[in-house]
Amino acid sequence: MKTLAQRVPELTPGLLPTLGRSIWPFLAGFGFAYLMQVGIAPAVGEFYGSLLVNIGIAIVLAVSLNIVNGFAGQFSIGHAGFMLVGGNAAAAIVYYGSIKLWGSPEIHGGFLGPGELLLVAGCVAGGLWAAFAGLIVGLPSLRLRGDYLAIVTLGFGEIMRVLVTQTGPQLRGKDAAEASWFTLMTKLNGNLGFSNPQGAYLDPQNPFWVWVFVSILLIVAYRLKSSTHGRALLAVRENEVAAEAMGVPTTRAKVSAFVLAAFFAGIGGALFAHELGSTLKPDPSTLGFQKSFDIVIMVVIGGMGSITGAVLAAVILTVMPELFREFDQYRMIVYALALIFMMILRPQGLMGLRELWDTSWWRRIFRRGGAS
Amino acid sequence: MAPLLQIKDLNVHYGGIHALKGVTFDVDEGQIVTLIGANGAGKTTTLRAISGLLKPSKGSVTFAGKPITGRPAHEIVALGLAQAPEGRGIFANLTVEENLDIGAYLRHDHAGIAKDKEKALGLFPRLKERLRQSAGTLSGGEQQMLAIARALLTKPRLLLLDEPSLGLAPQVVKLIFEIVKTIANDGTTILLVEQNAHMALKVAHTGHVLEVGALAASGPAADLAKDDAIRKAYLGVH
Repeated sequence: MKTLAQRVPELTPGLLPTLGRSIWPFLAGFGFAYLMQVGIAPAVGEFYGSLLVNIGIAIVLAVSLNIVNGFAGQFSIGHAGFMLVGGNAAAAIVYYGSIKLWGSPEIHGGFLGPGELLLVAGCVAGGLWAAFAGLIVGLPSLRLRGDYLAIVTLGFGEIMRVLVTQTGPQLRGKDAAEASWFTLMTKLNGNLGFSNPQGAYLDPQNPFWVWVFVSILLIVAYRLKSSTHGRALLAVRENEVAAEAMGVPTTRAKVSAFVLAAFFAGIGGALFAHELGSTLKPDPSTLGFQKSFDIVIMVVIGGMGSITGAVLAAVILTVMPELFREFDQYRMIVYALALIFMMILRPQGLMGLRELWDTSWWRRIFRRGGAS
Repeated sequence: MAPLLQIKDLNVHYGGIHALKGVTFDVDEGQIVTLIGANGAGKTTTLRAISGLLKPSKGSVTFAGKPITGRPAHEIVALGLAQAPEGRGIFANLTVEENLDIGAYLRHDHAGIAKDKEKALGLFPRLKERLRQSAGTLSGGEQQMLAIARALLTKPRLLLLDEPSLGLAPQVVKLIFEIVKTIANDGTTILLVEQNAHMALKVAHTGHVLEVGALAASGPAADLAKDDAIRKAYLGVH
């Protein structure tokens, strides 16, 4: 029998097969998003449609925060701050952009129409802008070991919220059309770009782009976790000194995880800004510490480091408040109790570090199920 | 030939505490050099200052002719200087195999990694049986083996071992020291920090005795093992 070392050349895939294999998960993800749009959303109606949008956005937020808090083990509690940065940038681009391009903030074109392309551009730009903010915040605070990141990110979220509300009120109609882009970027306060009064881009019947970004993030997160870099992040989380001793550049690893998370938080914020207000009225002030904390809870309950765990928790924690609408005021009490019970009964979260397909009951159902 | 590792006048401060007060010694290629001493003598501090986990306040470290003083740990590892940290420092929630893979983090020669992995597992057959087990479930001895195997996967020229015998049963300690000898015979130079002076001096070529931050004695390990003062202080012979 050949040794593993001799078999490495045959096991190393070529460039084309690698590319081919990288593309199909994305195609599958986009297919799923399309199915959501044309099949599921129309079938389930307004209420569940809007729930599906909310769930998608919650997944984007929880899974992206999980990259920092779960994989790298760094405690960030300012995810809403990055949502705010990305959301505001996207809202400004889409709202002012519509006015500049088409003379009105109304939605331009239907499904996959020019308006939606502007939305996607806004989302990506918002993500990049949030990633840049993440770099600025992450570089100094992640050089240090310990809890500094929590303090810094907490402060960052609040600073961003205050900053945005201190810029001048947003301009409308003709004023916006005549103002320069520079002036427009100093007029961000308000919720005009946020869930456009003329109809939101991401209404219950139009969840396509949410699920496109969900699938991109899920694929990125999964591939990251199983890559060398992902394992290095887990090593940093497990034992930072040992990771350093093994040659992992810990600061760079932590900062890149943080920036990646901030990027997707920015996209999450951009999506959040363009959904039709359901339980939360989207405007900058809803993106405070409370929102950050909601996302942290999703990651903790799902299991720090588990992608499927974060998804599960995002679904549960989005559906639950909808089911118990009357108890909305008591949401925080329920959260607190849920957290306490979780910490007593299952301190590692629903899934721990593992994924759904690593669990014994999954194996029992899907591998041995047929035989028994 | 110049020594593989040269340490000159190494000083480390922890805040106001002067932990290492001018330590100077060399490690020749192909040797096992041991650094023995009591708790708090500065053994781990010396290793950490060499491997870049700590910044020395004064002095220089030269590895394979290159000055590495104060450079970040990952650059030093890339040069071929690896450390199995004190208390093993394994990644408890990852599997044994994943732990080994992190050892190869800086390497891209997949064939070489696979070969070294097989070699390391050949040294520690017990790890081979437990490849898919999470590292936290290993016994203390197995964890120590994993820490050494993981450090070997960085393909080091010089391996720093920080108290590999810590908290292990005498039988296991014996086994680990046997393997340390095998690794050295394979051509990896070893700097071994130990409290177990008896065992350390038995396997090492050269020994240095560290006392409250400074070298108290140096010489061939066999001579140190015969020295009366050292026998009294570290070998428990009266």
